[in-house]
Amino acid sequence: MRVFSQRLSQQGLIVVVVFVSLSLLVAFAPVPVDALAGTPTTREITVEGRMFDFSPNVIRVNKGDHVVIDFAAMDVVHGLYVDGYGIETEAEPGVPTRVEFVADKAGKFRYRCSVSCGAMHPFMIGELIVGPNTPFWRAVGLTLLAAVGALVFTATNRTEAAR
Amino acid sequence: MTAFRKSEDRFVVSASALQERAEVRTTNGNTNGRFDLLQIRPIRWLLHQRAFQWVLTTATLFFFLLAILTGLFGTPAGNKNFSIIFVWIVWWALVIIVLVPFAGRFWCTMCPIPIPGEWAQRRSFIGKRPGKLLGLGKKWPRRLRNIWLQNFAFLGVAILSGVLLTRPQATGLVLLLFVVAAFALSLIFERRAFCRYLCPVGGFIGLYSMAAPVELRVRDRDVCRTHTEKTCYLGSAEGYGCPWLVFPGALERNTYCGLCTECLKTCDRNNIVVNLRPPGSDLLVQKGRRLDEAFKGFIMVACAMIYSAVFLGPWGWLKDMANPATSSGQGMASPTRYLAYAGAFLAINLLVLPGLFYATTWLAKRLGGLKTTPRKMFIEYAYTLVPLGLLAWIAFSLAFVFVNGSYAFAVISDPFGWGWDLFGTKGFPWTPFVPQVVQYLQTGLLAGGLVTAVYLAYRIGRQNGADHAGALRAAMPITVFLTTVTLVFLRLYLG
Repeated sequence: MRVFSQRLSQQGLIVVVVFVSLSLLVAFAPVPVDALAGTPTTREITVEGRMFDFSPNVIRVNKGDHVVIDFAAMDVVHGLYVDGYGIETEAEPGVPTRVEFVADKAGKFRYRCSVSCGAMHPFMIGELIVGPNTPFWRAVGLTLLAAVGALVFTATNRTEAAR
Repeated sequence: MTAFRKSEDRFVVSASALQERAEVRTTNGNTNGRFDLLQIRPIRWLLHQRAFQWVLTTATLFFFLLAILTGLFGTPAGNKNFSIIFVWIVWWALVIIVLVPFAGRFWCTMCPIPIPGEWAQRRSFIGKRPGKLLGLGKKWPRRLRNIWLQNFAFLGVAILSGVLLTRPQATGLVLLLFVVAAFALSLIFERRAFCRYLCPVGGFIGLYSMAAPVELRVRDRDVCRTHTEKTCYLGSAEGYGCPWLVFPGALERNTYCGLCTECLKTCDRNNIVVNLRPPGSDLLVQKGRRLDEAFKGFIMVACAMIYSAVFLGPWGWLKDMANPATSSGQGMASPTRYLAYAGAFLAINLLVLPGLFYATTWLAKRLGGLKTTPRKMFIEYAYTLVPLGLLAWIAFSLAFVFVNGSYAFAVISDPFGWGWDLFGTKGFPWTPFVPQVVQYLQTGLLAGGLVTAVYLAYRIGRQNGADHAGALRAAMPITVFLTTVTLVFLRLYLG
């Protein structure tokens, strides 16, 4: 943006390089997620869908877990689609269905109704959180770095235009 | 055409002179990184055509009327109705993700809402008709010459979003209300009073267009000062006076220029330029910062936050509260719960977020040793919410546009949901588009908005008399506030 269009001082350039490097480190440095997640287990969860929410609305598992979801529709036909995993099923009232998958990706994945079920259908959403949620913590780290970096940049980049 | 040919002749310059003229120079020779797009001959030709805006608005008016008709008479299933999908997904994505950040108020150039009223005022579709405009031509009340009405109009629409985003009839009725209101106001008040003072969309587009890399300005203010006819504001045989009640010679920010290009036609001094410029230039313009605009900044950030919780969050009870018309598993949602939601919604928008920010700016003033009043500091620092708010809205919008955008292929073939298959795409399945990539885009957008906002906080401190160290100290509490807001968004999207 315009606020950054002034010339960089040497110190300012160094700050940019340092904080961009740190940001890349936070964003991409390998983390022993598998070790942090512990021993994979099988998680059997019953999810009930009704207009316009899921119960439970948040599912927490660990990376590597074998996830078994028994999906039941409680009022009308509902679907269950898990972002990022591309898993989809649908159930009629009284006829539950089952999906199984290995939670091999860490992070937060929304699951949503995939069968039009009423007015708020597009917003019928639940959350599958596959821990450790490294994408979130990386994002937090990047945000804090961005804030501190911007302050340090302003403190050091004392060009004529900035004074 | 004759007049245009004459102006064309004035533009005949050699290639080297063209380059020189393309860079918009200030009196000290500094171009400020601006490039006059009118030096590109096809763009100049296009923007000088009276039919330019007519073609755009007529096209969008067709879709607008279709949205009203499908909303009122089509299927009540929102995801199968043109009005819901094209207004709240396609149009919204076009405005907030593409037009506002890259072209500022360009949506206002093509917006169909004021067009029937403007045609009636002018008694003409394209050409300039001599004589007075039709209607009473009253002046807009002085005490309402601000964007407070736009703020409340936006809140009024936003508070009903649970209904509007899901009920085609509600969307159709609101669109109809907009066009009727704009038409009625154009017959009572002068020019585009609706756009300037009432349109709930125009308010935030104006605020966020300050971040855009495009601006309409005058080349040389001295030319305007000595131009006694002021044809840009009063009109001429070539076109109408500024419909937005803006004098281009005084323009320093994009906020209230609707990019209608009328002044390009009426300026007989070749003094209007349309510049490409460094994005966010207006955010450094101190003149014109006001409390109503500051509150627009809070309202937009608060609404993005609340929408993210209601529409992207997993809380069914919250969705029920936000939608008074929803039948839930327990029957109809209670009006009391909706009133509680509405109360909390307004409180967060108008009290909680501004109140916390006021405390933050008070602290900033103390730390930075700023001599200005707390009220002024509150207003000034509120503009840090412009880049953060705009990018937060883009982040929010990406989440549902990527996931639900595929509905557009089906409804374009069957806009009313009556079983038509106009283009053979009626059966196009719901196909979420890379939903897991969205989180990374959201992180980058929010971090970018935060960095810009923090640096802007420092610059605002300097503009208000702080020295380097003082401006830095003052920026610290503002940074904490902005970072907290960013982390709340991240928690909602990724946490």
